[in-house]
Amino acid sequence: MMDFAFALIAFLLLASAATAMALRNIIHSALLLVVSWFALALFYLWAGAEFAAFAQILIYAGAISMVVLFAVLLTQRTPGNFILIPESRRRALAAVLAGAAVAAAIAYAILNASFPVGSTPAPAVTVRELGIQLMGPQAAALLVVGAILTVALVGAVVIAAQPEKLQREDPL
Amino acid sequence: MTPTTDSFLERAPLLLRDWISGFFPAALRGVINDLIAILTILAVFGTLFAFLTLAERKILGRIQNRPGPNRTGPFGLLQPFADGIKMLTKEDIVPRAADQLLHFLAPVALVAFSLLTFAVIPYGRHLVPVDLDAGVLYFFAASASTELAVFMAGWASHNKYSLLAAMRALAQLISYELPLLLSIVPVVLAAGSLSPSGIVAAQGAWTLDVLPHWYVFTPWGFAGFVIFLVSALAESNRSPFDLPEAESELVAGHLTEYSGFKYALFFMAEYFGMCALSSLGVTLFLGGWQAPCAFLEFIPSYAWFGAKLLGLLLGFIWIRATLPRLRMDQLMRFAWKFLVPLSLANLGVAALWRLGAGWSEPLQLVRWAMAIAILATAFFLLGRKLSSGFGPRVYRYAPS
Repeated sequence: MMDFAFALIAFLLLASAATAMALRNIIHSALLLVVSWFALALFYLWAGAEFAAFAQILIYAGAISMVVLFAVLLTQRTPGNFILIPESRRRALAAVLAGAAVAAAIAYAILNASFPVGSTPAPAVTVRELGIQLMGPQAAALLVVGAILTVALVGAVVIAAQPEKLQREDPL
Repeated sequence: MTPTTDSFLERAPLLLRDWISGFFPAALRGVINDLIAILTILAVFGTLFAFLTLAERKILGRIQNRPGPNRTGPFGLLQPFADGIKMLTKEDIVPRAADQLLHFLAPVALVAFSLLTFAVIPYGRHLVPVDLDAGVLYFFAASASTELAVFMAGWASHNKYSLLAAMRALAQLISYELPLLLSIVPVVLAAGSLSPSGIVAAQGAWTLDVLPHWYVFTPWGFAGFVIFLVSALAESNRSPFDLPEAESELVAGHLTEYSGFKYALFFMAEYFGMCALSSLGVTLFLGGWQAPCAFLEFIPSYAWFGAKLLGLLLGFIWIRATLPRLRMDQLMRFAWKFLVPLSLANLGVAALWRLGAGWSEPLQLVRWAMAIAILATAFFLLGRKLSSGFGPRVYRYAPS
């Protein structure tokens, strides 16, 4: 029963990701990507990581999907029409090289990872313990992440605020 | 357990459920119990939705000095059913250029995600459909997913007005999600739990048997509740933040290309969202199903929950009748320059409050004074900053 559920989730995850890559319509691809994020959250739920699953939906399906969709809408010139043939041979070569490098890095990591075989009982972690861990032993990491995110946020505000400032200085 | 908290009325819904599931074989009882819970939520909130539309129209009518719907049945009580039949029999028009699948999926996804949020609310002492350890997070995960449906509706209509309105709606939803989340963090901090039933249990005590320990009666709780209410109004597209629809200015925004029952589904989702957010507000700030005084505990807990929920919903309707709609730039400025900093200040106050929990009696007064002073200072400073440079409007051509 559990294996069947896992197979179903894995199929949903992989099928939606693969279809997202194959589709011509880039908005459909983005929405399918969201489906695969949901499937990933389902996988976390299946594995008993409740908190990670809900955080995954809240952050990926709620926030990052919006960033992706806005980015697509703001950069796309004509909907449903994008270039399928690379502009030059050099670009094609660079694309293939970059793709191969990423694939090789991931494959290397997967092949070298050691997966513990056998049934180890999953630890039942409550949100409370998670919070105590984050605030106690892992507090330094949390603070560093917070600082990085704050820098990113301030940077985004600075970039976004620039054009308005330029407009005001414009003598009209 | 005292006899009053475990009386027959208190357990009546459970007894009824067990009586129904008793007709099924023992192996199926768990599933049947879940199904009964789902059907009860659908029936209760479906009926509430139907009569809330009627109540809204009647109350708005009363406030605007007109009768409201009064021709269908006694006092217009059958109006929701007439509306339902009208919506069902209307022609469903899908634009030829629309993305057929997404155009169909958007309202379905919207209603489905807004219904999911009802699962974790504790409706009574024994009435928690799903008691999740991270229930509050689940609630926000489900309600954040509704934004996707709004985007799908706007994009799939293949209409530039729909798309623009959807982007505007998304900007509003994302902006107000931040103060909404920040306003509930102090509650999580104080209760030390992300589970809604745990948060309700943490508010279950009385000073002198009459003053409830609800979070709304602390300085940070009051500020948090107000921020929560304002953000909840914006999140559920209610007036004065109903710019995404603004039926008197836009052609209903991202709903332009929807008709018939799909259009009704959008409004159903809006009311469900309003009910869900009000339920969460009741749970987090107003003590959930707890009675306001110890001697009133003989009234079953779900009745208290319902009364508080209805009170909040009527407040929402009252606000709609009272306040004019904001402009888009005012809306954004209000969220980012006022609500977000204020809720951050509130978080600091809540941490300070938590720190002072063990102080002696006279120092408790200092604790109250400090918390109120910080919040009031933040409120007035931010308010002054918000309206600076937009100073008194001069009506040049109007007779003074």
